[in-house]
Amino acid sequence: MHIADQLLQLLFTGLTLGSIYSLIALALVTTFNITGILNLAQGEFVALGALLAVSMYAAGMPMAAAFTVSVLLVAMLGGFLERFAIHTARGASGLTLIIITIGLSISLRGLALLIWGTETYSLPAFSKGGPLFIGGAAVNPQSLWIFGLTAITLAGLYAFFELTYWGKAVKASVINRAAARLVGINPHTVSFLAFTASGALGAAAGIFIAPITMTTYDMGFMLGLKGFVAAVIGGLSNVGGAVLGGILLGILESYSAGLISSGLKDAIAIIILLAVLLIRPEGIIGAIRERKI
Amino acid sequence: MLRIQALDVYHGYVQAIRGLSLHAKEGELLAILGANGAGKSTLLETLAGLHRPAKGDILLNGKSIAGKPPEYLVRQGISLVPERREIFHSLSVWDNLLLGAFHRYRHAKQEIHSDAREILEIFPALKGREREMAGTLSGGLQQMLAIGRGLMARPKLLLLDEPSVGLAPMVVREIMATLARLKNTGVTIILVEQNTRSALRVADSVLIMERGRITFSGSSGEIMADSTVQQAYLGRRVRPAMAL
Ligand SMILES: Nc1ncnc2c1ncn2[C@@H]1O[C@H](COP(=O)(O)OP(=O)(O)O)[C@@H](O)[C@H]1O
Ligand SMILES: [Mg+2]
Repeated sequence: MHIADQLLQLLFTGLTLGSIYSLIALALVTTFNITGILNLAQGEFVALGALLAVSMYAAGMPMAAAFTVSVLLVAMLGGFLERFAIHTARGASGLTLIIITIGLSISLRGLALLIWGTETYSLPAFSKGGPLFIGGAAVNPQSLWIFGLTAITLAGLYAFFELTYWGKAVKASVINRAAARLVGINPHTVSFLAFTASGALGAAAGIFIAPITMTTYDMGFMLGLKGFVAAVIGGLSNVGGAVLGGILLGILESYSAGLISSGLKDAIAIIILLAVLLIRPEGIIGAIRERKI
Repeated sequence: MLRIQALDVYHGYVQAIRGLSLHAKEGELLAILGANGAGKSTLLETLAGLHRPAKGDILLNGKSIAGKPPEYLVRQGISLVPERREIFHSLSVWDNLLLGAFHRYRHAKQEIHSDAREILEIFPALKGREREMAGTLSGGLQQMLAIGRGLMARPKLLLLDEPSVGLAPMVVREIMATLARLKNTGVTIILVEQNTRSALRVADSVLIMERGRITFSGSSGEIMADSTVQQAYLGRRVRPAMAL
């Protein structure tokens, strides 16, 4: 393969990975902005979405139905966890709430292990047919689905926050929580909705990548971590930054795995996280403290 | 309409309200004066649900509302125009106004738009700036917006914390005239003010707060007659001959 073609190929792989990280980072950052909670169980929403869809598809459901039901179920789970674990601990410090989400993440992974075991599952690609050739690079059609989901999610978030009254009410709650309460915006409802939406978004991302990754009970850990790193690169409270952070991380991973060593793929995220923690820990910790509810 | 009984409110260990009782009738305009740190803002914020009283009770039309959250109280007809304006900086002027009516949005979308246009009639200086980001307005315009947002809730009990700060005398007069109109439609108003002269002009009764307690209460006329009160709290800002 020509070196230029190889670089282009790696770029598409990176963009695909990056889109997924962006989606997870988007959910993290949006929830964090709205509720002040860094939901480290976000990766588990991704895993559960994929696993549920795989099972329902295997049980004979059409793909579209399996997708819809799985997204709805995980959305409900997100809402339920907010009521059950976050709402009951309201008033606790930001750090306590993060630890709660870590606990939720471990519990959900345990539950997934009980239900699905340690097997690897897979879902067929959404559309049939071989790869598309762009330049000298082969692009998996599933990548296009993933780019599409990312684009639609971004457009949807934009439309909700900029064009709808309810979106502006949520924004108002982010801008000035006390003033928002004074006009009647209930922050607990807003928090509930944020977690419900995170569940839905996470599940959708999980189902879209299921055809091109190994779907296992513990896939959420790495994905959640990378989404978090993407969000950190993007400044943790910036939606645009989260998307760019995700894309950047995906491309870095793809190039270091393709050009240096495939063993580096997962290490990149950890290296970036450590670097950020070493260089400016106050960036992360400060943001978390500030957003204490 | 509103009855406060032996209210105690703390900020952590600092007691800001000490056994305060007061009563306001429907359509009454009550002015509260007092030095900085007297507890005026804390009192209004507690009425709006931002602080939970440690002791005592707050009755709105006979029903206890002490300790209820703000998002509930605004539905009961209590609207606070807070001290530092607290507008939504990165939203437009128009959106700030519309959000002021959040609690009735579902039932009255059309009405809310015409209400917002009415607010712009009260504060013509805001006209033509509907699309501007609220945070880019001057302090005076932000103050008008905060008052407008408070009115958008269509309150039965309107609480205003130093609404005339940063406003030109002409605008203050306009606001006071608006309050007088609202009062005549049956809205009960509690007005915390530094600008004592304009407050006394519209108030039915006046309270003076000192370290969390009410130390004087009477009609505007009585307060003008009380020379010790006048000296201590009104200073030279009130010229008796012109004040009323
Ligand atoms: N958030 C707070 N934390 C601690 N003390 C406060 C807080 N807010 C107000 N106080 C104290 O409560 C008292 C009353 O304050 P405040 O209600 O703002 O008075 P006023 O509005 O009359 O100036 C003051 O002693 C003030 O220092
Ligand atoms: Mg004050």
